[in-house]
Amino acid sequence: MNEKTIAAAKADAPKADDAGRIISVAILAVGGQGGGVLTDWIVSVAEANGYRAQSTSVAGVAQRTGATIYYVEMCKDTGRQPVFSLSPAQGDVDVLIAAELMEAGRSVMRGFVTPDRTTLITSSHRIAAVSEKIAPGDGRGSSDAVLDTARKAAKTLIAFDMERMAVAAGSVISSSLFGALAGSGVLPFSRESYEETIRASGRGVAASLRAFGAAYDRTVAGAEPATAEAEPDVRGTDEVAGAQGSPALLFGWQELVSRTRALPRPAHDMALAGLRKVVDYQDLAYGAEYLAGLERAVALDDEGHDHALSITAAKYLANALCYDDIVRVADLKTRASRSARVRREVGVDGETVLRVTEYFHPRIEEVCGTLPAGLGAFIEARPGLSRWLDARLNKGRRIRTDGLFGFTLLWGLAGLKRWRRRLLRHRVESAHVGTWYDLALETAPADYALAVEILACRRLIKGYSDTHARGLSKYDRVIGALPMLEGRQDAADWLRRLREAALKDEKGTALDGALQTVASFAMPESGAA
Amino acid sequence: MAERSFAREVEKLRLSDGEEFHGEGILAMTKALLECGVGYVGGYQGAPISHLMDVLADAQDILGELGVHFEASASEATATAMLAASVHYPIRGAVTYKSTVGTNVASDALANLASGGVTGGALIIVGEDYGEGSSIMQERSHAFAMKSQVWLLDPRPNLPTIVKTVEDAFELSEASNTPVMMEVRIRCCHVHGSFTTKANKRPPVTVADALENPRRDTARIVLPPASFLHEHEKINTRWPAAVRFIKERGINEFFGPETGRIGIVMQGGMYNGVIRALQRSGLADTYGETKVPLYVLNAVYPLIDDQFLDFCRGKDAVIVVEEGQPNHIEQAFGDMLYKASGTTKLCGKNYLPMAGEYTGQVMLDSLGAFVRDHDPGILDARVRAPNRPVELPDMTPLADNVPGRPPGFCTGCPERPIFAATKLVEQELGAHHIASDIGCHLFSIMPPFELGGTTMGYGLGPASASAFNSPDAKRRSISFVGDGGFWHNGLTSSIGNAVFNRNDGVIVIVDNFYSAATGGQDILSSRANNKSKSTRHPITAAVKGMGVKWVRHIERTYDVGLMHETLREALTTDETGPKVIVASSECMLNRQRREKPQLAAAVKEGRRVVKPRFGVDEDVCTGDHACMRLSGCPSLSVKTLDDPLRDDPVAAIDHTCVGCGNCGEVADAAVLCPSFYQAETVFNPSGFERFANRLRQRVIGWLQARRDRSRLVFEEI
Repeated sequence: MNEKTIAAAKADAPKADDAGRIISVAILAVGGQGGGVLTDWIVSVAEANGYRAQSTSVAGVAQRTGATIYYVEMCKDTGRQPVFSLSPAQGDVDVLIAAELMEAGRSVMRGFVTPDRTTLITSSHRIAAVSEKIAPGDGRGSSDAVLDTARKAAKTLIAFDMERMAVAAGSVISSSLFGALAGSGVLPFSRESYEETIRASGRGVAASLRAFGAAYDRTVAGAEPATAEAEPDVRGTDEVAGAQGSPALLFGWQELVSRTRALPRPAHDMALAGLRKVVDYQDLAYGAEYLAGLERAVALDDEGHDHALSITAAKYLANALCYDDIVRVADLKTRASRSARVRREVGVDGETVLRVTEYFHPRIEEVCGTLPAGLGAFIEARPGLSRWLDARLNKGRRIRTDGLFGFTLLWGLAGLKRWRRRLLRHRVESAHVGTWYDLALETAPADYALAVEILACRRLIKGYSDTHARGLSKYDRVIGALPMLEGRQDAADWLRRLREAALKDEKGTALDGALQTVASFAMPESGAA
Repeated sequence: MAERSFAREVEKLRLSDGEEFHGEGILAMTKALLECGVGYVGGYQGAPISHLMDVLADAQDILGELGVHFEASASEATATAMLAASVHYPIRGAVTYKSTVGTNVASDALANLASGGVTGGALIIVGEDYGEGSSIMQERSHAFAMKSQVWLLDPRPNLPTIVKTVEDAFELSEASNTPVMMEVRIRCCHVHGSFTTKANKRPPVTVADALENPRRDTARIVLPPASFLHEHEKINTRWPAAVRFIKERGINEFFGPETGRIGIVMQGGMYNGVIRALQRSGLADTYGETKVPLYVLNAVYPLIDDQFLDFCRGKDAVIVVEEGQPNHIEQAFGDMLYKASGTTKLCGKNYLPMAGEYTGQVMLDSLGAFVRDHDPGILDARVRAPNRPVELPDMTPLADNVPGRPPGFCTGCPERPIFAATKLVEQELGAHHIASDIGCHLFSIMPPFELGGTTMGYGLGPASASAFNSPDAKRRSISFVGDGGFWHNGLTSSIGNAVFNRNDGVIVIVDNFYSAATGGQDILSSRANNKSKSTRHPITAAVKGMGVKWVRHIERTYDVGLMHETLREALTTDETGPKVIVASSECMLNRQRREKPQLAAAVKEGRRVVKPRFGVDEDVCTGDHACMRLSGCPSLSVKTLDDPLRDDPVAAIDHTCVGCGNCGEVADAAVLCPSFYQAETVFNPSGFERFANRLRQRVIGWLQARRDRSRLVFEEI
């Protein structure tokens, strides 16, 4: 993805006879990424090639997991000591190495990357900052936006996932960054001298050289496209191959799949994904219920709107039907595929002794939800009894699913699936889903876009326990704004804004603000009163 | 033991006459001390001079061979008081600490030391923690030098100059009977370079010799009438001696042509930045040969009047490059010029910004403007009228998408669960006034915790909550102090004060076995055996000794539930007086450094080792991120699933997880969700364990297969 070719970068590289020229290299990293090692390597390779070099850093507490910067200057050794600068300056950096994509963005913002001069070498992987992680929705910055600006700001941009490359080679990112630097040809040193530097450093040499070589080759080849890690396509286009089971089950599945084919083409993929989820969650009959619900939306839909209503319904109806209850969690945690995934993530084979502990904390609400509807409702109607039971039930339970007792317990709970439709939680959820879905479909004839947004508000309901309750209350508050919006041209737009505000923070402060805005224009009379 | 080991590097301290030293500025300073025949060294760690203390600690064998006494001082005040050894005895002593927080703490001892004066050279190396990477309030050391009249050196940031300045400093101190400070900035401390070494010198008089032959001189003790005489002595004797020495030794340097219409005066530490600006303006070459006369103040206090006035002679304008404020040097020069009826225009903070770091861009812009205004003729045409400036793209997409990345708790940090529990107790009992302290635990003020309202100084967290002690309030204050701060100052100023004044607040002492924020140095309560220091003094015993009645000790901070309960109890108990919770778990950074090689060796030797880590079931996680709002751990992050039905990224734990347990504990204590699991890999299990494991797996596999037969099994997405 080298925007301008490596050959061009090489042509611009300082020449050997460019004796008095100082070359500056700045390294931006997240504390703990090993920027110090890379800095030492760069100094070593420069010195080995007859250069004088100076490096500086800002070690200290300010570095702990925060953004940090290292700096190297070098100049061909003429026998005289050059005066090097101790820190990078705007417009005065030849090579900027960023060990994470947003740090590349930061270096551009700080003016260290300029189109007349700077070769920007960055890993395209992301390490999310705390502020990005704590949003209840998706709080992450856009990698594409950052790459796009970086490309404009740099003379040459070299960007690919150097972290993954390093881990694959059993090394750390400093090795692959060093490889990309060598491959870029921006410093007048041979590949061999870089490699010799790694060898001389003495630790984990083989793995470092592997990562170095992979990044070097990749930089020189400059082959792959320049997007941030692309989102792969939806899988499962071959519907039946994705499912295994008895002939009877497969026959039923095929029947349902063929019903999705009758849906408008643009809704196929989402409907199939939804169907898969619902059948996996419960059974074929539940899948049929899902399709019946979906077909109601399709009946109201038309091509004029690109089938947005159908697609949105396909997505959120599936999610709504698959509410998270104890049975589902127990089911997911006892599957063979799950055991395999845990071992894959930990990086051990099937033979290794692996102890797996699950963290559960059921409250009376969850227990009641898992009881037959009548019994559950009976208990919930009696606060004293509920409290008494909760005091006995409500505590953390650590369950060993590698052990027979723990596994069998969860396996048994997962078996309750058969009776799920009779449990209290199902009654509650079905009623809620029904109200929401009816509301959306009833709105559709009058305001199609608003109906789509109502469907999408289902996104707000997620999580367990308090988190679930908080999501539900946000949903209620957003939907509660509908009377203020109905009939307005921009009703859909406002509902979307409310939903987005609700996903911004945990307490709903942004949502409160947005609701006040809506109230101010929707009810000017009461506002004036 | 410190976070970074210098065991290999300290061998460079043995280099002898005429050898070449390659390494960091910090190490060069240490070598220079030994070359100067220093008799004792001490100090308190803190960026940017932490590593100087670490180097010395790792160099104890070498120091011992030379008869040099080394101490890891309890505080900067202790360190400075130690320089009392140079008052009566001709022994050279050096101490080090960060400034200005260290100079603040040291100032009582510093004023006393400066009043009586010294016989042996007394050097204070202050790490000027200013500008990029700084973790403290932005102030200058300069004012301390002026108020106590100790001399302040500010060497050009390269190794030969630093080393020469250390030598000069000792001699200057002895020639003027005055302690000398040398200020070094962070990048100067960590700059890599080289210099030619000399052999180490054994101190002519050691501390042992002094102990055997005690001396006293009443005239050197700070008590009337001597103290009145000291003030006159400073002005009449020591100052002129210092000025004489600085001139004779040529401590300040001149570069560039003898004459010119303009000149630049600068602190030594600014030299490289000034040269870079001149290089970029075509006024200097790579090697610092410049067309502009430069006057470099490697000694910034005292200033040498006639040197400066000579420099100004014949020049239209002179600019002073002095970082930080107030502009003490510029003011002093203005005073000199005015009194000498000088006509040279004095510039400084009118071109350069009054506040903030003098970065490359600031220097380029300010010096460029100065030259254009006062001597444009020396600029070549290209610089005088530059072509179209380089066009930068619109930065809005970056401003919108690049997140701030302030420092935070490390992966597996034992302080994280303490603040998770505090957040939970606040959810239950409401918000409280929380006072923070200096140390890693101050990261609590950042997201995701956002706890803590003030920080008033090292060990002063509880002291800073002392006003909040009212019988009219139903709520108590909560204050934090780390183990480093506790031993530095907290035991008396915070705990003793709270006991004496019957403070009813809750005090949490964060005990992670090290002075962790400064690089993991040992302190009194460290659990490790330290060859040369006395450790393992429990904080609880000290607190009880101070008279605290309500003390709880939590031995595993990761127990969020217990932490939560204990905090609740402390906030609600009827017991009066300070409620002290000591929350102890080892700093994870140091623990990993200590344990990793041990575990690897154990696995290799075939011993049974259990290695934990955490994971998230992505299909159970709903992407609400409530767990991250109680964690912020670098290894717990978000990832996008390849599932079109999902809007929000789910939680994911990467391979850097150290299995501290916080995720599971928090999920349990805050009743979050059942997505987390702990997976413990058993290395080298026993035969029986392997057998039982196979058996269990077979049964589990059979149950799983049985269930799968009754349903459709989909390929994993």
